[in-house]
Amino acid sequence: MTMQNVGRPTRPQAASQSGHTSLTGGRGLLQDEALIFELGGWDKTGVDLASADHDASDLGDLVRAAPIGLPGLSEPEAMRHYVRLSQKNHAIDLALYPLGSCTMKHNPRLNEKVARLAGFGDLHPMAPQSTVQGALALMDRLAHWLKTLTGMPAIALSPKAGAHGELCGLLAIRAAHEANGQGHRRTVLVPTSAHGTNPATAAFVGYSVVEIAQTDDGRVDIVDLAAKLSPDVAAIMVTNPNTCGLFERDVIEIGRLTHEAGAYFYCDGANFNAIVGRVRPGDLGVDAMHINLHKTFSTPHGGGGPGAGPVVLSAALAPFAPAPWVVAGEGGFKLVEETIEEAAQGFGRMSAFHGQMGMFVRAYAYMLSHGADGLRQVAEDAVLNANYVKAKLSPVMTAAFPDGPCMHEALFDDAWLEGTDITTLDFAKAMIDEGFHPMTMYFPLVVHGAMLIEPTETEPKQELDRFCEALTALALAAKGGDVDRFKGAPYLAPLRRLDETQAARKPRLTWRPEDKSVSPAPLAAE
Amino acid sequence: MRYLPLTPTDRAEMLATIGVGTIDDLFSDVPEAARRAALFDLPLHAGELEVERELAGLAAMNRPAGAGPFFCGAGAYRHHVPATVDHIIQRSEFLTSYTPYQPEIAQGTLQVLFEFQTQVAALTGLDVANASMYDGSTACAEAVMMSQRVTRRKKAVLSGGLHPHYAATTQTIAHAEGMDIVRQAAAIDAEAAVLDAIDAETACVVVQTPNVFGVVTDVTKIAEAAHAAGALLIVVTTEAVSYGLLKSPGEMGADIAVAEGQSIGNGLNFGGPYVGLFACREKLVRQMPGRLCGETVDAEGRRGFVLTLSTREQHIRREKATSNICTNSGLCALAFTIHLSLLGERGLRELAALNHSKARELRDALAAVPGVEVLTSRFFNEFAIRLKGDAASVVETMLADGVVGGVPFSRLDPHAGMDDVLLVTATETTTSEHIQAFASALAGRTA
Repeated sequence: MTMQNVGRPTRPQAASQSGHTSLTGGRGLLQDEALIFELGGWDKTGVDLASADHDASDLGDLVRAAPIGLPGLSEPEAMRHYVRLSQKNHAIDLALYPLGSCTMKHNPRLNEKVARLAGFGDLHPMAPQSTVQGALALMDRLAHWLKTLTGMPAIALSPKAGAHGELCGLLAIRAAHEANGQGHRRTVLVPTSAHGTNPATAAFVGYSVVEIAQTDDGRVDIVDLAAKLSPDVAAIMVTNPNTCGLFERDVIEIGRLTHEAGAYFYCDGANFNAIVGRVRPGDLGVDAMHINLHKTFSTPHGGGGPGAGPVVLSAALAPFAPAPWVVAGEGGFKLVEETIEEAAQGFGRMSAFHGQMGMFVRAYAYMLSHGADGLRQVAEDAVLNANYVKAKLSPVMTAAFPDGPCMHEALFDDAWLEGTDITTLDFAKAMIDEGFHPMTMYFPLVVHGAMLIEPTETEPKQELDRFCEALTALALAAKGGDVDRFKGAPYLAPLRRLDETQAARKPRLTWRPEDKSVSPAPLAAE
Repeated sequence: MRYLPLTPTDRAEMLATIGVGTIDDLFSDVPEAARRAALFDLPLHAGELEVERELAGLAAMNRPAGAGPFFCGAGAYRHHVPATVDHIIQRSEFLTSYTPYQPEIAQGTLQVLFEFQTQVAALTGLDVANASMYDGSTACAEAVMMSQRVTRRKKAVLSGGLHPHYAATTQTIAHAEGMDIVRQAAAIDAEAAVLDAIDAETACVVVQTPNVFGVVTDVTKIAEAAHAAGALLIVVTTEAVSYGLLKSPGEMGADIAVAEGQSIGNGLNFGGPYVGLFACREKLVRQMPGRLCGETVDAEGRRGFVLTLSTREQHIRREKATSNICTNSGLCALAFTIHLSLLGERGLRELAALNHSKARELRDALAAVPGVEVLTSRFFNEFAIRLKGDAASVVETMLADGVVGGVPFSRLDPHAGMDDVLLVTATETTTSEHIQAFASALAGRTA
């Protein structure tokens, strides 16, 4: 999920405080790297291809005449370009990624290895079904694991990310209402602490969004919910554990009230990693829930994707699942690709083909590695780590909900920064200088200057101690009046604070030839 | 458990620091009725060797595309991916980084996205591109919805040459958003038919080239007709390598171009994850869905890149966002851009020419088989043939000869009445021996 710097583009404030500088602008081994459009040759290539036997004369004027404008790199140049760029990135393999509600856990390399087996990686989605039985078996087993872990009877595997899963869930809900003569229901209830995707998805499907208030202890206000559950309500969308890192204690009552009002209970499953193996959403009255495979089941999210967002469905919604799905029969597995013939109530199709198979293989390898026992341990260690961070930082920062345990993430507000002239954003940027990726900031919206820290279960205690010591030192510096350390931060990152305001005001979204003083002429058409 | 670093001693110490007795105390907010004391009915944890053995067993039940003669396309294409690509995308700093929310420590990902956007804009002949979408089909649906925001009209005309999965996805998603989707009947040369459906209510016309039957079309006239009616032209491409040979969508008047980028840098992966390309004219940029990366400077005036125009997005705008999208296809976009940087202008043109050449060789070989009618006259690397009989059955029986002979159109659209139509593709990975094996396997099965 995503939420950062909400509504607060950064703009450098403090003057540069750079110390020693190199003569060429470089920073030791950290290379300044030009764009490929400045490096590459218009006539250079890093691939050697066989020559073509036939020309394209049969295509006449359908052939492109003008140059495309693509520079090429030889293989050594390409390798160096991307390796240099890679060194400017933070990554979970370097240190903690404490992005609450988004987060990254360790990505096992076994998953990468098995996803690249030719039987998966080199498999065409439209190859005859008799030649892809192993792939269909894997989808069937993954579905079985996810259904068992969530206690839900049905699943749609095809959604390509969490938000795509939300869309799938709401479309199933809408289809169910229409089939039951309840198509007039036009409202979706969403708590104020919800991920931005929830209201965006509801609006997308044509629902109007009404917010549910939150109690002082960070949960859905069940009185407000009951008051708003009118006959016009199609569904509620509740994240559980919620984005304050808290379990909704009244969740069963929430489900009961929702169903009593004739509405469906959509659960945002972004935080399923906190309860996997210990709690089944199916026992909580949930009708639909997406599962972010990268977050709970460790699939890589390299630089912002790909995701995968299978949706588990209750018996009431199961008939409305989109195509395709796998069925087991006597002659083996069959992929049902056409909703129209096989199940007249299916609401359609979420995307081409069958979903994020590469992610299914990785997630299944992760599940097999952990097993029923390991997955339970995953939730326990994730919750333990978050509570440990909360306990260690509470003496210097203000926990938003100090009473009682949190689940997988610890939420702080900025009350402790009052009077320091330092904001949550400044504090986060100073973390970069200490070698840590900032936490999620200014989300959830219900907490002032929110700092949401999610360590995950794959962090060792030593790393958490190191993290907490660094944040404690920073907190003491902030309270001690060391304002420059924060206002000008980061000082030690590959770049200093970036001007996001200018980027949005005058968008430069592509490189243009005039951006370069010496621009080679594009290769003439052949 | 090899992925879990905490030891029992750690756990005990940490519980003491927190001030609780047991782990169960931390789950005390869970209603008692929902607490499950027993382990779930699933296997226990397994070692790396055992997991690898099970996955290898499942993989072995599949017949990979590279195992022999193979001619499937229809939206997913088997190309050679240089070893460098897969090596780089597995570098920790790319593979295990998250969305670049903190630009100071994500310049690697951000510069790659800026380069990717520039490459996609160049390929499509349009001004700007976003940082990628889930895949081509969802990019198509998003483009249709974008046309509604731009034109304030609700009707979208989908050509009968559009990939049926793309049409179905667009119908499902854009209809949900309140659009009227006019899906034209599947036809080999379907493009001209859209002209009759354009009217003053039309928000957009969606045309695919090369279309699902492989037909390459100059859409300039369709662009003119759409623009005359105040509608947008959306051009869809499922085979991105074709950009290396054919006129770009922008050159022909497209307002939005969307494509499946899998062909460049990405393996088949049984249908996903892939990478959707999305480009448009500059004046439409603020209605675009998805993430955008932009250039700016840091506090010392050095060039840098950030995610920008996020006021379009769900985490700021919530229910007023242009889209609910919260993810791109970062790692697949990285593979795409590395492969394209290796190819360069010269390599891409050569690769495209080679694909076309292989497809001509395939066409000549299949046209010589009695009972085969080639339906597509102008194609890139894929075309449709008509067999005497049910194409799906023919494909199934050719498996006995080790040949995977393409995608029966009936599998994509069983209601089109085109059960005898087979979609066949050749790429640079296709050999003359494979083509001969295909022609031999087909001979006698379609007479």
